[in-house]
Amino acid sequence: MSTHDINDQYVRFINVKKSYDQRALVVKDFSLDIRKGEFVTLLGPSGSGKTTCLMMLAGFEDVTSGTIQINGKSVQDVAPYHRNIGMVFQHYALFPHMTISENLAYPLKVRKLPASEVKQKVKDALALVELDAFGGRYPGQLSGGQKQRVALARSLIFEPSIVLMDEPLGALDKNLREHMQYEIKRLHEQLGFTAIYVTHDQTEALTMSDRIAVFNDGVVQQCAPPSALYETPANSFVADFIGENNHINGKVESNDGKIAEISLSRGDRVRALDINCPPVGEPCILAVRPENLFIAGTGREYDNVISAEFITRLYVGDSIRYFFKMSDGAELMVKVLNDQDAPVLEPGTQTRLTWATERGLALDKPAGKNPVKAA
Amino acid sequence: MSNPELTPDEIKQADRNRRRSKLLATLFVVPLLVFIFVTFVAPIGTMLYRSFYHPTVSELIPNTLEALDDWSEDGSELPPNPTLNIFAVELKSLFEERLSGKLAEEINRALPGSSSLIKSTARLVSRADTAELETGGAALLFDSNSKWQQIELWQAIKKAGSVFTADYYLTALDLERSPSGEIVQRGTQIYLDLYWKSLKIAFYITLLTALIGFPLAWYLANAPTRIANTLMIFVLLPFWTSLLVRTTSWIALLQTNGVVNSTLQTLHIISEPLEMMYTQFATVIAMTHILLPFMILPLYSVMKGIDPSYFRAALSLGAKPIPAFIRIYLPMTVPGFSAGALLVFIISIGYYITPALVGGTEGQMISNLIAFHMQSSNNWELAAALGSLLLLLITLLYWLYDRLVGISNLKLG
Ligand SMILES: Nc1ncnc2c1ncn2[C@@H]1O[C@H](COP(=O)(O)OP(=O)(O)OP(=O)(O)O)[C@@H](O)[C@H]1O
Ligand SMILES: [Mg+2]
Repeated sequence: MSTHDINDQYVRFINVKKSYDQRALVVKDFSLDIRKGEFVTLLGPSGSGKTTCLMMLAGFEDVTSGTIQINGKSVQDVAPYHRNIGMVFQHYALFPHMTISENLAYPLKVRKLPASEVKQKVKDALALVELDAFGGRYPGQLSGGQKQRVALARSLIFEPSIVLMDEPLGALDKNLREHMQYEIKRLHEQLGFTAIYVTHDQTEALTMSDRIAVFNDGVVQQCAPPSALYETPANSFVADFIGENNHINGKVESNDGKIAEISLSRGDRVRALDINCPPVGEPCILAVRPENLFIAGTGREYDNVISAEFITRLYVGDSIRYFFKMSDGAELMVKVLNDQDAPVLEPGTQTRLTWATERGLALDKPAGKNPVKAA
Repeated sequence: MSNPELTPDEIKQADRNRRRSKLLATLFVVPLLVFIFVTFVAPIGTMLYRSFYHPTVSELIPNTLEALDDWSEDGSELPPNPTLNIFAVELKSLFEERLSGKLAEEINRALPGSSSLIKSTARLVSRADTAELETGGAALLFDSNSKWQQIELWQAIKKAGSVFTADYYLTALDLERSPSGEIVQRGTQIYLDLYWKSLKIAFYITLLTALIGFPLAWYLANAPTRIANTLMIFVLLPFWTSLLVRTTSWIALLQTNGVVNSTLQTLHIISEPLEMMYTQFATVIAMTHILLPFMILPLYSVMKGIDPSYFRAALSLGAKPIPAFIRIYLPMTVPGFSAGALLVFIISIGYYITPALVGGTEGQMISNLIAFHMQSSNNWELAAALGSLLLLLITLLYWLYDRLVGISNLKLG
């Protein structure tokens, strides 16, 4: 985001703050630039302010302080019905007293398009979401996934340049979710709108987005492409929130700016990448993903080794999870592919675990929250 | 239906289980069914029966009527003399039991002007011997008054003697039977006018409750919980106050020297007091006040359930607030609105106490006349016929509603 091309800053949140009760801030200093045609996901735990941000952009909530710009212009004084932003609501908000076709035609009719054009567009939109035969039905007569697709079609039919989606797949089961994720991506690529997507579900966020903004407590913890978010989380919140992670308590012994040396509770010394490492002498967290942690002696040996006691293993299907306990009580999990190499261990066995230095991340303790600005 | 996967024993067991749970369910509703029967089905059945059933005359002169059975009233001949003799005997015994006046009243209804004839003849035959009447009663009748030779009179007696009659319905619809037996309109229209007025008053009340109730319900549904709960108490307050108290307080407000008039006069807005009491206006205002909660509650419960995202969705699709309100929000309130309107309309069309107290003659409704026939004129049959017609009217409205809106769209809470 070094260039200041207008297309790189199609939607801008500039130091946006929001308070509902004039006391507590629900959104604290939110800044985010979104490229035209980008698919950005707001991800975060419940109550972290994601919906609030969407509502401010759509014009249903006012901004307490800061500015929101679309295409270089502040939208402060633009009424919601003039913003031309498509929106998909969590519970679809299809008008129950109108048929699917009438629902789709509604935004066109309020724009006073000629009837023939409305008809053609409705037909195209139904084809787009593969619901050609359903135009005459009422929303109550559709399944959850079909309603979802109608809601999507309705938010796109008036060709908005921005589409907001607030947990659009929240009410669907897993298979349907995956199918709809694919549908939404397909439409996004086909039509090229700018999408801002809200979800609880990190897998959904990782598979769909160009960039993900991780929210916590009204603050963006990190905004980065999925791979960066997963591999180099900016802080322990992100490391924990995205995917699974083992957290090992330790103390920073030395730090050369790239690699930090950490002493663990029993005096083991390990090395890890400095991501958000506190100063030397301070307590820190060492985060290692379960798939990057290996049981020593199964053909893998890396620079960092610790010993832990095997507790139990959990059969998941394509993988097996092994649970270990360190001498200070911390639990560790190792994920091993379910192939011939998966070892068989007796509970209580002292085992050595190993990982590569570049796979271990030295992070701050979560208690002292240390938010990082959007990357 | 037989299921190939179940053995006969299993089927028997399943049947037994089903029967047992059915029996249990029935036991639970039996008290309710009995209650409904005693308080609802039986009284309405009695009312419907009453409106047709009229045994008075047949109890007064049973033997005469039995004899008249063989006589054809379409011919030009008088009933045979033995029949007239029987009548004379019965008339004498009625006079002695002081019931001849009642007979005169009943026959008079069928043939106006015959009351004095029957009364005077009854006095006359009472002086004769029963044995004498048994043979010469007919001659005595003809001697007493030549009117006894008119066929119409005997037709009237036979007609008044029939146990089942639709005449009260004719009266209730302002119709009557001409002497030749055709159904014609009566000279004065009383009941149809009153039905029409009741419908109009009920319509005004429904309209007013809707106009006042809609914004209020909307506000209640969208206000913060604490404010909404407080306001809800005010909506429900009328339910906790006696109906009579509320109606009489309207008298205090509306009468000539009442609060409204004296306030307006003190403010020099009017110089003469307005006549508001004992008018249709008074009925409409007082009943609107009483029935308002029946409109607000169903509206509120429906509005409460409308997700605000519908309205937001409409705005995000480009609709301006007022069109979005009309096209999106309003149709969603139909179940509550129609439930409230139906409730208010049906309650108000049969309302009694308020029009009776504040309505005067102008603000009377059909129920007031029904009460009049039950209490003052003692014409229970006519009251029953009027009541049955009211029931029919309401059923008709309900049916119309079902056709137009659909009962399944009704939502009371
Ligand atoms: N209309 C409102 N009035 C007052 N507080 C509100 C309102 N809407 C949201 N909040 C508060 O603002 C905070 C953020 O809410 P928001 O709906 O933005 O969260 P979210 O991230 O969308 O959560 P979720 O994932 O559960 O939808 C919450 O603490 C919530 O209680
Ligand atoms: Mg939300």
